[in-house]
Amino acid sequence: MELKVIGKSVPKYDAWGKARGEVIYADDFSMPGMLYGKVFRASLPRAKILSIDTSKAENLPGVHAVITHKDVPKNNLRARFGQGTEIGAQFEGLYRVLAEGEVRYYGEPIALIAAETSEIAEKACELIEVQYEPLPGVFDPLEAMQPGAPQVGEKENNIASHFKIRKGDVEKGFAQADVIVEGFYQVGYQDHAYLELESGVAWVDDDGTIVIRVSSQVIEHFREVAEVLDLPHSRVRYIGTLIGGGFGGKEDITVESYLALLAWKTRRPVKLTYTRKESLLVHSKRHPYYMYYKTGATKDGKITAVHAKLISDAGSYAALSPWVLLYSTVDAVGPYNVENVKVDAYTVMTNTPITSAFRGFGAPQVNLAYESQMNELAKKLGMNPMELRRKNYLKQGDSLATGYVYDRPVPLDLLAQKAWEALGPKRTSSKPQVKIGRGLAVGMCSYGRLTFLHDTSRSYVRLELDGSALIRCGVPDVGGGQGHILAQIVSEELGVPLNLIKIHVTDSQLTPLAGTTTATRQLYMSGNATLKACRELKQRMFRKAAQMLLTNEEDLEVGEGKVYLKSDPTRYIALVPLINRMSADGDELYVEAQFNAPFSDVPAKEIIEGRTFPDFTFGAYAVEVEVDEETGKVELKRVVAAFDVGRALNPILVEGQIEGGAVQGAGYALMEDMVIKDGIIQTPSLQEYLIPTSLDVPDVESILIESGTGLGPYGAKGIGEPPIVGIAPAILNAIDDAVGVRITSLPVTSEKILMELKASKEGNKAA
Amino acid sequence: MRDKLINLKINGKKYQITVKSNTLLLNLLRELGYTDPKYGCGIGECGACSVLLDGQLTLSCLTLAISCDNKEVITAAGLSEKDQLHPLAQSLIEHAAIQCGFCTPGMIIAGKSLLDKNPNPTEEDVRQYLRGNLCRCTGYAPIVEAVLDQARKSKS
Repeated sequence: MELKVIGKSVPKYDAWGKARGEVIYADDFSMPGMLYGKVFRASLPRAKILSIDTSKAENLPGVHAVITHKDVPKNNLRARFGQGTEIGAQFEGLYRVLAEGEVRYYGEPIALIAAETSEIAEKACELIEVQYEPLPGVFDPLEAMQPGAPQVGEKENNIASHFKIRKGDVEKGFAQADVIVEGFYQVGYQDHAYLELESGVAWVDDDGTIVIRVSSQVIEHFREVAEVLDLPHSRVRYIGTLIGGGFGGKEDITVESYLALLAWKTRRPVKLTYTRKESLLVHSKRHPYYMYYKTGATKDGKITAVHAKLISDAGSYAALSPWVLLYSTVDAVGPYNVENVKVDAYTVMTNTPITSAFRGFGAPQVNLAYESQMNELAKKLGMNPMELRRKNYLKQGDSLATGYVYDRPVPLDLLAQKAWEALGPKRTSSKPQVKIGRGLAVGMCSYGRLTFLHDTSRSYVRLELDGSALIRCGVPDVGGGQGHILAQIVSEELGVPLNLIKIHVTDSQLTPLAGTTTATRQLYMSGNATLKACRELKQRMFRKAAQMLLTNEEDLEVGEGKVYLKSDPTRYIALVPLINRMSADGDELYVEAQFNAPFSDVPAKEIIEGRTFPDFTFGAYAVEVEVDEETGKVELKRVVAAFDVGRALNPILVEGQIEGGAVQGAGYALMEDMVIKDGIIQTPSLQEYLIPTSLDVPDVESILIESGTGLGPYGAKGIGEPPIVGIAPAILNAIDDAVGVRITSLPVTSEKILMELKASKEGNKAA
Repeated sequence: MRDKLINLKINGKKYQITVKSNTLLLNLLRELGYTDPKYGCGIGECGACSVLLDGQLTLSCLTLAISCDNKEVITAAGLSEKDQLHPLAQSLIEHAAIQCGFCTPGMIIAGKSLLDKNPNPTEEDVRQYLRGNLCRCTGYAPIVEAVLDQARKSKS
């Protein structure tokens, strides 16, 4: 079947409003009588709270409410992350709204204020008096694992989760190896640094429902907020705004519980928007990891065993740390066929800011390690790194580290070659101290949520009498085309022109719940739900059209506002008379459909086996860097990314995900340095925590391979997160190629390069 | 803190308004309903609050409203007519240079400011000029290309 709308790079529906500056983001919205919220935060990383005195703040004119943990109906919840499935203790954490008894991290919320103006709210914050008894904190996961370490959370042991992979026999595998490479890798925090800060407005509706208009990737959090207030779920409604950047940072609850509590108490609308400093200090971040790897291979380059030990910093509340760790565990050997694998992964609580979801969700950290290992192994074997990878790529029918047999094609060899070739002829350096190097790295990243979460999505499609169409789907739109692509599917399937399709997203009470905009799942899940709804509607249209055109349904096709005969396109019925006839005959002109992902059982033990994800997206990065041996400066000069996207439903949007992910990953590799000391972030501004500007990055060349083998509509795979996987190790491999030093931690700084160069020169002299 | 009566024009509309001596232009604009300049950092790091003040590229989060007496402010929304998008805004749409869109109003203002000064910029010129406007979604290339393409189109 020839596709008419799918595969076309049409602009997304939200582009016009954004280009006019007319989109009302969370903070752009106001209501009459609205108050301003503010969060009072802890000034120590760990302490016993002896007393909280809010009386002065309460007496300040213009202050309407001051809330502490005592005023929160349910201050301590099992964090369920908006979902219904029982997942067991090892995947859950404590969600505490306001600190009680003890402070676990610097900046932990202690009290909430609502006042006439934000200035008054700030003043009231200064009047709150807290008496602390400072306690020794623990700020590093390795220290926190030691016996006798300060206890961060509710468990005596700071290890929030421990997962294992036990595939084959690694001892046997290493015995078969001719060479063994060991490596120790370390990565720090990454902040989402979306341009739009955490923000929302909440009010109590005239029927007593709490309505929260908020920038969130998960409108299903209405359930948790209802539980915080001890209200029925039906009494809390989320209206999701178009989101000014998410990247996982708006996956956990941000301002919503605070807003709901303040609006509930004051019965006035309340707005709460974080400052940039507040956001950088306290909102969730990408997990720092320590990673030890041991990789063995035969002399002809076949990997015989991988042993990995992963330790991530879970921060002071577990949040999504166990899940992120599980992703890292499953991805630990990368897209390679390895018979003997042993992984021990721990996520460990410390008195530091919360770490949780960030694009890639545990995949980028291990990717850095396993792709650095591949190049080190190639070096030791005297083999071309691309050749070594080729000998070990996962293939259709091979098993993943969990033992699950991967039943789809894995075109990594093609992707790597295409990316490498596109770099073109190597340039020569104009300055003797500037060395040019090239690096390659491949990667895997799941799309769709963990299969044991039993993920579902729903979408509603309705035909209008004038031939237009309406979609209602609770899909949070972070700007990647999450909403728009559903319109392209409806246009393709029902023949309704794109400009006649209205899409209504993210209202937890009015749009069918579509699940989270996380886990690279919306095209896969909500795309399939929308497709299913369309196919049902199309069947009804064809049934009617077949009667009207005196033909059979199999000979019908839809497109350009009409239903026509495949055998004779001059015989057709336009959509408008068809829909009106259906309406007159009492046919239902709408469908709400649900798509279910494949389900699996919740892992009952620490050893992770079998299917954990619906599918994976594979990609390859080839980069060229310049390294200045005098200054240690690294400049990224060329980036080529090749991804098997299954099918590019809107190629320019797919490229946008790749380019954006590449640059975010380049920032992670080369610039973004979140400095933390004794649990307190030292870089709480965008002048200190630097993210890439237009001057810091080259153009990214994207190569889209369309294998058509994805689980999404029309064979599409997910592409939101995968592009952040691969670029960092490609850069490290390129640096090694340029100046012969292996950098093993991120970000790469000039100091690290110079130190390694010095060490390597001294090493050479000694030898 | 003294209040002061100021006259200013915003997107072609005249205002006579009393402002506090410490009111920031960004907050004044947003209170008046011009919400397209965004608060992204409050200290001039991100460029999301960019406006044209008497034609000059200005960070409204670092500008006091009282200093805008008898001046003219243009925001990104003010560049596009009801039925007619500003050509640069149109170019951003065509190049898929708008993802979350939060940086877009600032980018449009900065891009227009560049093209006003330099109708024939090189890619390097564009990247230099936009360096103060952060974008976390696109990786910048489509934005840079949209500005360059607009420059090419207005030449022909």
